[in-house]
Amino acid sequence: MTTPVQTPDATSALPPTQTDANNQALLQVRGLKKYFPITQGILFQKKVADVKAVDGVSFDVYPGETLGLVGESGCGKSTTGRTILQLYRPTEGQVVFRGKDLAQLKSEDLRKMRSDMQMIFQDPYASLNPRMTVGDIVAEPLEVHNIVKGKEKKDRVQELLQIVGLNPYFINRYPHEFSGGQRQRIGIARALAVNPDFIVCDEPISALDVSIQAQIINLLEELQERFGLTYLFIAHDLSVVRHISDRVAVMYLGKIVELTDSKTLYENPLHPYTRALLSAVPIPDPLIEEKRERIILVGDVPSPVNPPKGCRFHTRCPLAIPICKEVAPEWRDVGNGHFVECHVV
Amino acid sequence: MASAAVAGGRSVNQAITKPPQSLWVDAWHRLSRNKAAMFGLALILLFFFLAIFGPMLAPHDPLKINSGKGFLPPAWMPAAWVSTNNVGDPQFFLGTDSIGRDVFSRLIYGARVSMVVAIIPTIFITFFGILIGIVAGFFGGTADNLLMRFTDIVYSFPDILFFVVVMFALRDTPIGDWGNGLILLFGALALVNWVGVARVVRGSTLSIKEKEFVEAARSIGTSDRNIMQKHILPNILSPIIIITAFAVPRLIIAEAVLGYLGLGLRPGTSSKEFFVTSWGSMLLEGQTAINAQPWMLLAPAIAVALVVMGFTFFGDGLRDALDPRMRGAG
Repeated sequence: MTTPVQTPDATSALPPTQTDANNQALLQVRGLKKYFPITQGILFQKKVADVKAVDGVSFDVYPGETLGLVGESGCGKSTTGRTILQLYRPTEGQVVFRGKDLAQLKSEDLRKMRSDMQMIFQDPYASLNPRMTVGDIVAEPLEVHNIVKGKEKKDRVQELLQIVGLNPYFINRYPHEFSGGQRQRIGIARALAVNPDFIVCDEPISALDVSIQAQIINLLEELQERFGLTYLFIAHDLSVVRHISDRVAVMYLGKIVELTDSKTLYENPLHPYTRALLSAVPIPDPLIEEKRERIILVGDVPSPVNPPKGCRFHTRCPLAIPICKEVAPEWRDVGNGHFVECHVV
Repeated sequence: MASAAVAGGRSVNQAITKPPQSLWVDAWHRLSRNKAAMFGLALILLFFFLAIFGPMLAPHDPLKINSGKGFLPPAWMPAAWVSTNNVGDPQFFLGTDSIGRDVFSRLIYGARVSMVVAIIPTIFITFFGILIGIVAGFFGGTADNLLMRFTDIVYSFPDILFFVVVMFALRDTPIGDWGNGLILLFGALALVNWVGVARVVRGSTLSIKEKEFVEAARSIGTSDRNIMQKHILPNILSPIIIITAFAVPRLIIAEAVLGYLGLGLRPGTSSKEFFVTSWGSMLLEGQTAINAQPWMLLAPAIAVALVVMGFTFFGDGLRDALDPRMRGAG
């Protein structure tokens, strides 16, 4: 693996997110930005503003780990996942996967790279083409990347269905004949078909019944162990993320505010936003639950079109001091790979 | 399923592997329960039958002039309705025209033009409409803007005026001679009518391409072309079929109007030719004698009305059968 040539510009000058240099990252995200333009006019469109969905995030993902990405709705978690996979082309920044900057790749080269990185989608009802049979859906990546043909292809599809816990005889059925959990398994089989190394799981369980959620989580963990997969696990359910992730990144309004291993994050959160989020998780013990102190955030998330100056969280932060309104805090390491972006803590 | 489960694992697996009822089977069930649609389908099939087997069914040569037998009213018409003193001849079921040609035979031969107009220009407009609509909708941006503005321009022409201009301009050139002017007629009809299809296809494409399964296909690495072919097209077939079913009667009427204006295809000179006459030209002949021989006008007019009604009823039924909102859950 070759280390990417990084030009000394503002984005690559950002500090790395992990101090452990022995561990080579599978994926390095540096200063990633995704702005969606807001346009006006029908024939002659002119750009009036940008929705800054992702506004400069940097992190590394190491082989075999699960990096959790949490945050409330609209904070840019999904956009981050999709921009990493180049489903949206980034506005700025680098996504270095195995030494190649995906953001610079031509679409044909990118298409070939896609067999190494896959995605599991949120809505199992929308992510499967209703006019294709399960067999065709799972076989599609095999056809696209010309992996196997004919009888072998059918065998591979049946094997994949078995791996995700479905009856291999299901290949002639249509997605509408399955339940949500089964459909999500089909989606997972499709993602696994090309033997990827890296999978972005975009809220893979939030559309499922609670009883099914655990099954899918267990399946994902089992597959990770069996195939040595690396996950970027996007979710808003903090307890699920805690369960599945090795490290967790917390996003707020297009930026990552805190990133550390999941034990530290849940036991010793530093950023006031993380603390507020964690204080909202109910504790399944009535005695402790009674004493749980909730940090209630006032106000709404500011618009990503005009994010606040200085620290983005200062409008709602219980600890805000004057400097927070003026200067954006730096992304700094407080020790042991615990990163936080805050003036106060 | 229940009985299969009892019969053991093997038959369960067989039951599972059995291809399920597809959308089309479902839609056909719904369509076959719709009486108006079935009546429409029967009319369409009847006219296709007439068009194909015309020479065998027609009692007379449609071009043969039966001298001395002109102006004959249909034999079954009460004498009180007939303003002339001629008495109908039972061998001419719908009477004869001013020079003694059998109206019924001419009507049967005329069905050919309408039915061919129902098929060939329809294939063209569907093909180009889908192509332009799907490309515009899928790629968006500049491609969309250019294609749809072009579509708007074509859409804003008055159809009939456009046909008239094209036919007038080209009918005396070699192009106008191909296939008795049929090629020119198809071209003119196709040139205007693809816009409706293109607009519907673009709209449907826009809504389908935002679906997650299209994004999933992209994340797999499927090429744009395959995404359009395998993921978008199969999911927008219903609106395409519906808009096509409604385009057909408009084409048939347009052809009849052109025939009536004397701009349709040229009348054939021998009954060996495939196209001998069209309903439009029969209307033109009939209107000159509207008082004396109303059957000459009414026969083709009713025929056009029946075909158009058939396609409209059928299209209506198709829309109800294919509309996803009508589709039950699973």
